Amino acid sequence: MKNYDVVIIGGGVIGCCVAYNLSKMGLKNVLVIEKDYLSSGSTGRCGGGIRQQWGTEANCRLAMESVKIFEQLEEELGEDIEWHQGGYLLLAFTEEEEEQFKKNVALQQRVGVPVRLVTSQEAKEIVPALNVEGVRVASYCPTDGHANPSKVTIAYAKNAKKNGVDFLIGREVVDGIVDDEGGNKVVRGVVLDNGEKIYADKVLNAAGAFSREVGMMFGVEIPTTSYRHQILVTEPLERFFDPLIISFYHHVYFRQEKAGGVVMGYGDPKELPSTKVNSTFDFAKTMAHQILDLMPVLRDVRVVRQWAGSYNMSPDAQPILGTVDGVEGYYQAVGFSGHGFMLAPAVGRAMAEMMLGKDTFVDVSYLSVNRFKGGVDTSEVAVV
Amino acid sequence: MRFVCRCEEVTEEEIVRLAKEGYSLEEIKRMTRMGMGLCQGRTCLRIAARIIAGIQGKDLSEIKLPTSRQPVVPVELGKLNEAFVKSKDE
Ligand SMILES: Cc1cc2nc3c(=O)[nH]c(=O)nc-3n(C[C@H](O)[C@H](O)[C@H](O)COP(=O)(O)OP(=O)(O)OC[C@H]3O[C@@H](n4cnc5c(N)ncnc54)[C@H](O)[C@@H]3O)c2cc1C
Repeated sequence: MKNYDVVIIGGGVIGCCVAYNLSKMGLKNVLVIEKDYLSSGSTGRCGGGIRQQWGTEANCRLAMESVKIFEQLEEELGEDIEWHQGGYLLLAFTEEEEEQFKKNVALQQRVGVPVRLVTSQEAKEIVPALNVEGVRVASYCPTDGHANPSKVTIAYAKNAKKNGVDFLIGREVVDGIVDDEGGNKVVRGVVLDNGEKIYADKVLNAAGAFSREVGMMFGVEIPTTSYRHQILVTEPLERFFDPLIISFYHHVYFRQEKAGGVVMGYGDPKELPSTKVNSTFDFAKTMAHQILDLMPVLRDVRVVRQWAGSYNMSPDAQPILGTVDGVEGYYQAVGFSGHGFMLAPAVGRAMAEMMLGKDTFVDVSYLSVNRFKGGVDTSEVAVV
Repeated sequence: MRFVCRCEEVTEEEIVRLAKEGYSLEEIKRMTRMGMGLCQGRTCLRIAARIIAGIQGKDLSEIKLPTSRQPVVPVELGKLNEAFVKSKDE
């Protein structure tokens, strides 16, 4: 029988980052359980983009803290994570988008994000290969960037291991061990797919696309739903643009990775909820059509691989973090709604602080599940 | 020095080192880009699986190979777009 202070369910970027931060703060009796392999979930399938251009003040602050951590992460972890601070260029094609961009940029500047509105001409100067026809305005933040999500995850895990954290890979959590103490639930541990029980004082649900299923094991209802998102990469090219580019109008984002390939994703608005991660030819065709409108020079460039992953969506497209009333010892960091990689460094630190009973270094209390009690209000609009 | 993955120039030594540290084939692929180049791991993934199995004392059948994904051969974005336009015309 094993006894841990903390058991983390999920070896994605969130689980590994929380484990690392716990160990850094001195808690070593920690176990991460991953059913497949490290970064096998959404993390290893992710676009790798890291931006601070968000629509609410709190989200901007959280993202800014994450960028600060990313800026020195290679040094801190002693590993290459392919960090590239090439900025983010967001394109507005409609009048509504233009209005929204103006509002967002004003808010972002007030919070201290070094972002600015640029004309289509300036956008063309930043990325000469871009077709800016129809672009009304763009917003550009040079300190946004991208990195390799698998490498970040494995680097966190490696450092956590060095600090004494245990990892159990290839085992699935199939149930929670929960006691009923006078109407109050108290978490005692988890049951594995081989029947083994592992006891813990605290359990973190960091199960990504399966957050809802894992929540149910502890009697917790989580209002998250998973959707497939498809993505592809081209053959390598010499670097010819730096920023990650988003067009909400095209439902498209794309960037050039360190190895030279152009990684691009299309968020199909017709996608139905599911945890499937298969790839379709329809996606490849639509993606090609959209990208060639934005970057016609890619016409003769070959696609080498396509894949898919899950967005674990919450009702307001913001993560759900923290404790749950009436279930002692249970914590969750779920519902990242397609931007959990970029938030991981800040969220990982804040969750570790919370689990150790400390004040968090940045406010995340607004992301508690309790916010949905009175219905959904401040929806984050800037999601592809 | 022997390259296992020629597209991405990943050496046998590197795979051996990571396998000794306990990483799986999928993890090594993501750490080194092995099998992620133009040929999409057609030959190297099997060779790597054998190396990893040997070092980790596993049977070859226990080493899970990455899902082979579309496209089977690299295809131009322009060609995909033509297929898109055609499917809309139909
Ligand atoms: C195509 C695509 C593009 C994206 N682009 C971006 C981007 O540019 N920027 C960004 O910030 N985010 C992006 N995201 C979102 C990002 O990938 C996720 O928000 C983030 O990876 C979530 O991390 P996680 O650790 O919570 O989840 P995951 O990485 O999914 O990790 C959860 C892990 O838990 C394991 N697990 C689940 N259930 C169990 C169980 N019962 N027992 C044991 N293990 C279990 C799973 O196997 C999985 O490995 C993208 C996502 C996709 C799919």
